[in-house]
Amino acid sequence: MKDQHVHHFEHTDVKVGVYVCHCGINIASKVNVHEVVEFAKNLPNVTVATEYKFMCSDAGQDIIVQDIRSGKVNRVIVASCSPLMHEITFRNATQHGGINPYFFQMANIREHVSWVTAEKEDATVKAKALVAAAVHRVSKHTSLEKKYFPVNPNVLVVGGGIAGIQAALTIANAGKKVYLVEREPTIGGHMAKFDKTFPTLDCAACILTPKMSQVRSHPNITLWTYAEVENVSGYVGNFTVQVKHKKRYINADTCIGCKACVDACIGPENIPDEFNEGLSYRKPVYMPFPQATPSVVIIDENSCYHFTKGGCPPDFSSKNGHLSPQLQSLLRRANECFELRDFQETLKLTKEILKSSPEHQETLFLHAQTLYQLGMINEATEVMRNVMVKERCVAACPKGSVDLYQTEAISEIQVGAIIIATGFKTFQGERTTQYGYKRYPNVFTSLEIERLVNASGPTGGEIVLRDGKTKPKSVAILHCVGSRDLHSNRYCSRVCCMYSLKLAHLIKERTGAEVYNFYIDMRTPGKGYEEFYEKLCHENVHFIRGRAAEVTDWVLSKAELGKLVVRAEDTLLGMVRRVPVDMVVLSVGLEPQTDAEEVRRKFNISCSKEGWFLERHPKLAPVNTFTDGIFLAGACQGPKDIPDTVAQAGAAAAEALALIDIGYVEMEPNTAFITEENCSGCRICVALCPYTAITTDPVKLISVVNPALCKGCGTCVAACPSGAAQQNLFTDEQIFEEIEGVLEYV
Amino acid sequence: MSKPKIGFYWCASCGGCEEAIVDLNEAVLDVVAAVDIVFWPCAMDFKKSDVEAMADKEITAIFINGAIRSSEQFEMAELLRKKSQFVISFGSCSHEGGIPGLANLYKKEDLLSTVYSTAFSTINPNYTLPQTQTKVPEGIATLPELWETVKSLDQVIDVDYFLPGCPPPVKLVVDAVTALLSGNLPPKGAVLAPDKALCDDCTRKATKPEKLQHKRFYRPSEILIDPEKCLLAQGLLCLGPVTRMGCDWACINGNMPCTGCMGPTSRVRDYGAKALSAMASVIDLNDEEEIQKSMDSIVDPVGTFYRYSLATSQLHSAIHTNGGK
Repeated sequence: MKDQHVHHFEHTDVKVGVYVCHCGINIASKVNVHEVVEFAKNLPNVTVATEYKFMCSDAGQDIIVQDIRSGKVNRVIVASCSPLMHEITFRNATQHGGINPYFFQMANIREHVSWVTAEKEDATVKAKALVAAAVHRVSKHTSLEKKYFPVNPNVLVVGGGIAGIQAALTIANAGKKVYLVEREPTIGGHMAKFDKTFPTLDCAACILTPKMSQVRSHPNITLWTYAEVENVSGYVGNFTVQVKHKKRYINADTCIGCKACVDACIGPENIPDEFNEGLSYRKPVYMPFPQATPSVVIIDENSCYHFTKGGCPPDFSSKNGHLSPQLQSLLRRANECFELRDFQETLKLTKEILKSSPEHQETLFLHAQTLYQLGMINEATEVMRNVMVKERCVAACPKGSVDLYQTEAISEIQVGAIIIATGFKTFQGERTTQYGYKRYPNVFTSLEIERLVNASGPTGGEIVLRDGKTKPKSVAILHCVGSRDLHSNRYCSRVCCMYSLKLAHLIKERTGAEVYNFYIDMRTPGKGYEEFYEKLCHENVHFIRGRAAEVTDWVLSKAELGKLVVRAEDTLLGMVRRVPVDMVVLSVGLEPQTDAEEVRRKFNISCSKEGWFLERHPKLAPVNTFTDGIFLAGACQGPKDIPDTVAQAGAAAAEALALIDIGYVEMEPNTAFITEENCSGCRICVALCPYTAITTDPVKLISVVNPALCKGCGTCVAACPSGAAQQNLFTDEQIFEEIEGVLEYV
Repeated sequence: MSKPKIGFYWCASCGGCEEAIVDLNEAVLDVVAAVDIVFWPCAMDFKKSDVEAMADKEITAIFINGAIRSSEQFEMAELLRKKSQFVISFGSCSHEGGIPGLANLYKKEDLLSTVYSTAFSTINPNYTLPQTQTKVPEGIATLPELWETVKSLDQVIDVDYFLPGCPPPVKLVVDAVTALLSGNLPPKGAVLAPDKALCDDCTRKATKPEKLQHKRFYRPSEILIDPEKCLLAQGLLCLGPVTRMGCDWACINGNMPCTGCMGPTSRVRDYGAKALSAMASVIDLNDEEEIQKSMDSIVDPVGTFYRYSLATSQLHSAIHTNGGK
């Protein structure tokens, strides 16, 4: 420690120019600019000190350029606003003058001084101190160069809802290669479940499915459904991503979506259909919905007999039907051989029969049974195995696409940019217990109603009660379930008012029922949204301003008998109302996906406290994240309707294109570096780096910073116990010099 | 031609540094053959007046160990500075204030009252304290004055080189003497030890995990220490990452964690702050309460992280930092 901080401040070649900005009256009204300039003139190495009304103007910048060109200065201080505002401006001016742009230092006397200091005198003293600090520091600046890294031109889009679809298509249409990874068996997301979209009431499928098939057929898009991103490494422009293909038990490349397997499947038929919110049932092998993209079935291993029971059971109900002459002869020969106890030949023939006609398992099963009774256990088992192995779906598939022994596979891809469009989940209705969801059968969530009103839904568009047949005569729609609520989510989910209006319209239209909307405020900002609300007001839909207090079956009058009663304070009438209805619809809000935290970690991005992925800046960088090269689209960033989602997806695509199209990334040089001869390889820094930019060199056993990953946060620099880690533009020497500058003149 | 003259002096120290000279063993004979030892109160009979009688710069090199905390030590340090071409600050106490420097956590009155009154083994009903001047029948008897704070050598006189360690390792001492005799000297102010941390060539480096992460720390008495494995990886407060190498892993080889006697590298200003931040960095917890609990497993943080360097830390002491004489 003794052989350091010997300061050689007197750099004879350092000539500092100090330019103090008035910023109109932003600075000048609080800081005595002239006094600061006079003060600066006496600071070490200062050769020019002057003031100007707007340093950021062309004329202001030109003063700097001219002073550098005429040799008066070779270090530049601008005392003005924040580096976020104009650091780049003045660095460019410095470079324009002909010296390294990093010989510039900014003193923030606006945000840090004039805007936040009450007394003019105090403000002037502060401004002087900051100018002195900058003057001291800048003499320790060194010439730095920006770094450039090549960019891989491929893009990964995570999530195949409308956001991911839009982003993928935009990028693919620009001629770039896109990998679209969707964890569900089909793309389409939530939008695929909707019947109509607000406020235009155009059919969701009509506008979505063409985009879905474009994705499927686009030569630049590699679509991987039922796949998930397993691991992400690398950095902007050069990400390596591992994608896990989950076990679908179908070869997605060869399946033609004929659904012969679905018809042949004899598995249980009572599995709640996820796509229909459990309002209908499906088989273990199924197509999520008719327009599923890709048009590939999937086998659900939790219900398929192959996985639950070890194989399809013999189907005794199946009829032999008309047998081809060839099959008849095979059967006859098999029986003959069997009678002759030539079991080997029987077995051979059995296999042949199975190959051409799996329905004949019954015959074979009987063979096996007889063998078993004869005590020929091994032969019986062999025949049985043949009977069992050939599952109905396997046999039925004309393309041989069913693969019940499929294993998980990992694809590794290289991409330059990543767009995250992982969407949202809806609030679980049962969490607001007072509304009785899952307690009263006729309380529905809005997503269930979306399926009911959908022409391709479980009821073909009939809106009926949970019994599956009764049309409701009165329906209550409760707004803000899981939104604007201290008990669940404080935020407004933005879409519920509008979709509630849409559902009110559709319910009214389809059933003629009385529809009651219970709302806190009607939030309809958006093109044509208020007009839609207006329209609904003229459709004899009731609006009751007041959040519903509860839904109950405790009736107090004859009129309420057999009904659900919604209790609410009508804040316009100023009274508590009881409204008996047949059906209650909970307009559930939007929430981050359950595994948002895991995804956040995987991609090294940030979340807001609610769990929405955090944009870099709410106004100026709404689709960027704090990790360069990773962008956000759609509701994973916050509740959003379809128009906003599509717009944001386009923006994310544009940002990704801007990154990959230029072919390289430019990196600020303010990164950390570890001086090899100073590092002892203690590894304190390795675990600390939030960007995993530090690794241990396996040969030299010292720490190494990858400048492409380093964001210049300085954590390792502060923590390095032996001072081996340093950061460009923030070396210890520069920081101490800056501190001394502040302290010396105040 | 006369041989170069060298001397050794001790201030507030334990005597271990003197022992380090003796530890040179046979090498000490080479030293003695090459130089004249002109001053070494610990081992040979010299008086202050002998030094005063010397010409300025007569001594080629003086090795001073121990911290400076009394008027006498200060006087001797100034005198030796005047008489010597090179002053070498020898050992942790002289280099950084050392363990005596921890006295800077307390006021002088508190120290005196502890030693002369409240200490367990003290019986001093009249609370008699040492005085700088005492009248006795023969005249006035004097004693040096105890300073308010403990100082390192370079806080009171100009120092040319530093030999770190508690005590300085034999090899470094030999190298330093050789360098002095050959005139092959580094720039003034240098610490005469390699400028890297101890982990660099540590015998246990291969067992260090890629990421060091702990829920708490252990004192050596709390666990059975694996004699092969990285001590920090075992949750011991091994200050090797923070501490200058050159000790040949004396403690590590004795299966004990590094306590930091060699001081920091040239790039670090405040050893204790770096040590604390390095060790805190290893704590892999997020909950504030748990972090607090984990940090509580470090008994005596100041004594741990500033064991040898409190006097030269940015804090210097718990009381006023100016003067202190």
